[in-house]
Amino acid sequence: MWKNLLDWIEYRIPMMRVANMHAIQYPAPRNMNFWYVFGFLATIVLVNQIVTGIWLTMSFEPSAERAFASVEYIMRDVEYGWILRYMHSTGASAFFIVVYLHMFRGMMYGSYQKPRELLWLFGMFIYLALMAEAFMGYVLPWGQMSYWGAQVIVSLFGAIPVIGEDLVIWIQGDYVISGATLNRFFALHVIALPLVIVILVFLHIVALHEVGSNNPDGVEVKRPKGSLKEEDKTKFAMHEYYTKKYDIIDDVVPFFPHIVLKDLVAFCVFLALFCYVLFFNPEMGGYFLEHPNFEIANPLKTPEHIFPVWYFTPFYAILKAVPDKLGGVIAMFAAIIALALLPWIDRGKVRSWRYRCGLHKWNLLVFAGVFIFLGYLGGTPQENWKIIASQILTVMYFGFFGLLWMYSKNENTKPVPERITK
Amino acid sequence: MSKVSADANDSSEVASQPQDNTRRRFLTVATSVVGAAGVVGVAIPFIGSWNPSAKARAAGADVEVDISKIEPGQLIRVMWRSKPVWIVRRTPELLASLANHEDQLKDPNSEVEQQPAFAQNRYRSLKEEYLVLVGICTHLGCSPQHLKDGAFEERVEGVPEGFFCPCHGSKFDMAGRVFENVPAPSNLVVPPYMYLDDTTLLIGSEEGAA
Repeated sequence: MWKNLLDWIEYRIPMMRVANMHAIQYPAPRNMNFWYVFGFLATIVLVNQIVTGIWLTMSFEPSAERAFASVEYIMRDVEYGWILRYMHSTGASAFFIVVYLHMFRGMMYGSYQKPRELLWLFGMFIYLALMAEAFMGYVLPWGQMSYWGAQVIVSLFGAIPVIGEDLVIWIQGDYVISGATLNRFFALHVIALPLVIVILVFLHIVALHEVGSNNPDGVEVKRPKGSLKEEDKTKFAMHEYYTKKYDIIDDVVPFFPHIVLKDLVAFCVFLALFCYVLFFNPEMGGYFLEHPNFEIANPLKTPEHIFPVWYFTPFYAILKAVPDKLGGVIAMFAAIIALALLPWIDRGKVRSWRYRCGLHKWNLLVFAGVFIFLGYLGGTPQENWKIIASQILTVMYFGFFGLLWMYSKNENTKPVPERITK
Repeated sequence: MSKVSADANDSSEVASQPQDNTRRRFLTVATSVVGAAGVVGVAIPFIGSWNPSAKARAAGADVEVDISKIEPGQLIRVMWRSKPVWIVRRTPELLASLANHEDQLKDPNSEVEQQPAFAQNRYRSLKEEYLVLVGICTHLGCSPQHLKDGAFEERVEGVPEGFFCPCHGSKFDMAGRVFENVPAPSNLVVPPYMYLDDTTLLIGSEEGAA
């Protein structure tokens, strides 16, 4: 009976075939460590954002007159409104935490290198869409930081020569940030960008499963057909989509149950941390929800200190470091574009930093440090020494890419093992 | 594209017949051009609807201000196009001091067009006494603070009064002229304005302009 129903469906839509191919009999390298859980966690957070977001729109009113009050209404009067909103706001910061770790994983193990360039690019597009999504979402409560943050970000477009000022008015739909801006940001935040993100995530996964997962050794687990002896091939049943094209070495496990169960352990740990923030520290000391945003937007009064939420602050520091408006905007966008171009800036053939030169390890660690320090500088009040510091760090940020480009051409690498190490 | 159509022809009965691709090419180009024109046409309402609405344009109309009650040294704020506009009644001492720090300014002669032609002078105003400025930093749109009675000294030595932007530390003098070595690229904007009579300002239009 059950079997018949499944057969009936399978004849009409490839349900089990797709599940087998992508979620069950997908060959995953057996040495994937805890750094490989963040893609899964990002997907979970995406689902959380979509579901809680849908519920929030049921009570939120996207108008300059009502937005702030409707958020207070959600927090105080709507049954369980506070938990839904805190799940959404905590989820926003959690999203960036797992995405930044996910990206750093890709950098450590060279997961952007050939043939994973498009996979990396799709990831960068997701990151860009996510930044736009987060920025517009932050405008919606219409608090002081919403308003003035929007003012600063939208003004960036005013730096474009000739068309800049008209472009700003067009984006705002008014001569200033106003209710018209709020309404269109709402539309983009709840419909347009989530659709874009979901489609990009789909493409990201399609691209991943086409080229296969990388691993901490950077050893290719899919070998040319006929190149492996029978005893070196995996004993697990993998989907014929992969086995027809490749010989798969005996260093893989099926995605289900092995990787899924590992991801679920990570999910439990993540959930514990998430719930700690959600229930005990939803504002996270003003980092996840900034305190000036508990005051309604006032176009005539700029908050004393103005900075974006923590996940934007590294780029904000770069923006402020350049003493020229257009130059600052260009530097900020260049910082993101440089990351996207990583597959072509890195000319090395060895993927994992385990087998690359010592300079590469230091370069990468310093880069991570620079990124965090820039985040600190961009997220704390303006002081004179910080301008100098952020200028030095901006140079160091771009220096990472310059150095990488230079030493990766003729790099002194260690021998990469034939098989994944025990 | 061409490969696909060739395959389609190969498998059909007409494969052996001589082909004339000019008609097909013409139809492909014509269809593409008409299609592209359609896309441009349908994009117009979508892009156009992001422009300020009639309501927003009406709210951006000119503003009349009574300036008879401003004390010397006082700054008042009015709203024009939902932006803060400052009107400062400057004292003669303050006006005299404007020449003292011009070597520290980026654009002391207001050569960048941030003001109507009538305000391209040291005082950046129509009448020296009254300064009219859009109170929004030319860096990233924050509203600078008015620091007076020597409070500005700690920002720029020897200049007792000025505007300081709390966001990114840009500094302006009491004619809205930007100091060197700050992020703001240009002087504060002087909006178009005119005097309807001695005590009434109209912000948004200037004399002689349409």
